[in-house]
Amino acid sequence: MEGIGDLLHGFGVVLSWANFLYMLIGITLGVIIGVLPGLGGANGVAILLPLTFSMPPTSAIILLSCIYWGALFGGAITSILFNIPGEPWSVATTFDGHPMAQKGQAGEALTAAFTSSFVGALFAVIVITLAAPLVAKFALEFGPAEKFSVFFLAFCSFVGMGKEPPSKTIAAMMLGFALAAVGTDTVTGGLRLTFGSTELLSGFDFLVAVIGLFGIGEILLTMEEGLSFKGKATGINPTVVLQTWKGLPRYWFTSLRACIIGCWMGITPAGATPASFMSYGIAKRSSKDGEKFGTGVIEGVIAPETAAHAAGTSALLPMLALGVPGSPTAAVLLGGLLIWGLQPGPLLFVEQKDFVWGLIASMYLGNVVGLAVVLTMVPMFAAILRVPFGIIAPVILVICAIGAYTVHNNTFDVTMMLVFGVVGYFFKKCNYPLAPLVLAIVLGDKAEEAFRQSLLLSGGSISVFWSSSLVTTIMALGLVALLWGGISRALNRAFDRRSRTA
Amino acid sequence: MGVMSKRWRACAVVAATAMAAGSFASAANAWEPTRTVEFIVPAGTGGGADQMARVIQGIIAKHHLMKQTMVVINKAGGAGGEGFLDIKGAKGNPHKLVITLSNLFTTPMATGIPFSWKDMTPVSMMALDEFVLWVNAESPFKTTADYVNAIKSGPPGKYKMGGTGSKQEDQIITVALEKAVGQKLTYVPYKGGGEVAVQLVGKHVDSTVNNPIEGVAQWRAGALRPLCVFDGKPLPVTDKIAGDKSWADIPTCKSQGLDIEYLMLRGVFMPSGVPKEAVAYYVDLLKKVRETPEWAQLMHDGAFNTTTMSGDEYTKWVENEQKRHHELMKEAGFLATTN
Repeated sequence: MEGIGDLLHGFGVVLSWANFLYMLIGITLGVIIGVLPGLGGANGVAILLPLTFSMPPTSAIILLSCIYWGALFGGAITSILFNIPGEPWSVATTFDGHPMAQKGQAGEALTAAFTSSFVGALFAVIVITLAAPLVAKFALEFGPAEKFSVFFLAFCSFVGMGKEPPSKTIAAMMLGFALAAVGTDTVTGGLRLTFGSTELLSGFDFLVAVIGLFGIGEILLTMEEGLSFKGKATGINPTVVLQTWKGLPRYWFTSLRACIIGCWMGITPAGATPASFMSYGIAKRSSKDGEKFGTGVIEGVIAPETAAHAAGTSALLPMLALGVPGSPTAAVLLGGLLIWGLQPGPLLFVEQKDFVWGLIASMYLGNVVGLAVVLTMVPMFAAILRVPFGIIAPVILVICAIGAYTVHNNTFDVTMMLVFGVVGYFFKKCNYPLAPLVLAIVLGDKAEEAFRQSLLLSGGSISVFWSSSLVTTIMALGLVALLWGGISRALNRAFDRRSRTA
Repeated sequence: MGVMSKRWRACAVVAATAMAAGSFASAANAWEPTRTVEFIVPAGTGGGADQMARVIQGIIAKHHLMKQTMVVINKAGGAGGEGFLDIKGAKGNPHKLVITLSNLFTTPMATGIPFSWKDMTPVSMMALDEFVLWVNAESPFKTTADYVNAIKSGPPGKYKMGGTGSKQEDQIITVALEKAVGQKLTYVPYKGGGEVAVQLVGKHVDSTVNNPIEGVAQWRAGALRPLCVFDGKPLPVTDKIAGDKSWADIPTCKSQGLDIEYLMLRGVFMPSGVPKEAVAYYVDLLKKVRETPEWAQLMHDGAFNTTTMSGDEYTKWVENEQKRHHELMKEAGFLATTN
């Protein structure tokens, strides 16, 4: 238990008034950044990075990582209140979070989201504390074939997850793959589907797509339906947090499963977005209230939020131990490490004990502080729904436009966002699910890249996808997830028949 | 932590000197930026160019070398084409800089995206980045010759080279290596240098040509082994950093029978049509950046080739490099059909 001693030492490093203050500032800034769609954690950290060069590295990383925690917390707020995910990993939170808000349970949904985020992060930090070297070794096992199998699993567990027919899910996903293919092709270095346009060189950013599809699409729909929120505005209820907490322990198993999925997806470089979708999908299938998912059940908020936070937190481990960032924010933090003269890699844990264990200790404290900060604000956030639509809608539009612009500092992205808004509107009108489209834009090019790298390595033989026990297992899991609907129906039928003959 | 604080104190002293120098220089130069300066990185976050740009930004902010602020903006689309087109389109704008990697030459050649270094004003060469041939420390290849002989005896494509991007510096070196050895390798492109190094540690590829800064952490941890460096002379850094080995102990590839030399430009450019005074201002600013201890630390950690140039000398160097890349790309068959 060497880890525990190191951790206590880490707490000693962190627990100073200055560091505690940085923590509070970081969390608050992070929540604001998370609420603003587009201005994600990566942008926020990049903007503030230069301010930290004159601080000691430990304080700097505490400030920056707290911004990251804050952004993870903040992403849930707009998802629940307005059906507009602030971050791609909050998309799954809208499925049940927003219907809850419409039923007048915004406070409950927010409390559940924040608490689950905290649980997920805490679980991931404990994993990091106890098993960092082991986990780092496991991450090394992931070559292109293994990565592809993880993406394959994420896609498979998605088909048949929504209430829409699988054919519509697959159609939406295919459109997403086509959009993800636009831009530079990493494997050949050539340009694809840009039609000579400069703006399309960098492809479609999933943040712009998410803001447009959900944000603008939602506003268009609401306008059509009579210029008011469907949400029931409730009175401000200061005890909502405690009331919700009473009901939460019932879902311990959903939480635990979400924690494991999240850590797994964060350490393998799939990341928080697929983790949240997978966790939601599996919770929906295995819950006895599965039918009610999508109509506003609290379990549908707990599952994706816990997994997203667990994944976001555990993504920092490969960065520290291997120097490979597991998320865009981690990539910016990695740049910071080098500026402070710290070299990420296996020796960081040995040579920079103060820094590493200070950071890990700050993960514990930062999340506790973060939870306290956001929970006290729950009644206030829930009260935003009382503002009339006529006032809040233009504000949301402007924030969306700013968000889309900040992704690449490009006005073309604002136009793109509006186009995606119209696409999102028609998708909803025709009952096509948006989530598979988003997942395919987020993961499509990564999956394609991993697939083609695998085939390069195997000399073109597809057998690479069942060449080792690890990759075979994940691929098999994916196939089971894909065919689960059929399998469970067949099992049920077989079971029925047997019970009848008996 | 003790070492750290000593370094911080040293920084403070130099900062004061630098500031004093700065105030003299600004009296001499008529031009100064009047608004925020954008520093374009034609690559993603976390890579070598991005790190260098952020270090420069950090040094300028910390030592107050410029009155206006500097922001770093990544425009990685189209293998960096997005960033360079942005500079090309900002003709006459003295508040925009761009840091280059070899994609300044390779991207227009490989993709046909219409830009060239002639659409920009060269400011300064900050350093040259080195390339090292790495294998996994557990592999049987102790020397370059071991690995070269293994490649020669195996069937074509048996050995796998991981690298950053496609039809860029890593693949150019790979093609040169194939030519020198007389046998094909399988080249597998990845998105970033850090990822490439980890793929080698995980034994998913057999070798890489990572920059020193990308491979150093894994070398020190005993996971990677450097075989040779693609430069005319050994690296200048002599501290023992990995056991009893230093950067200077890595032999040149040439001395090992592989006659390949390749260095990558880390240079700064501006849009064309900017006032001469503005160019002079940035040349001077970047010179001050290079005099700080943080910069020395970066050069040392990354075992950079610290050649620097500016003015006509730099322009001439870029021109030669353009020709050389055209030859290399043509030989490798990487030129886009539109060229």
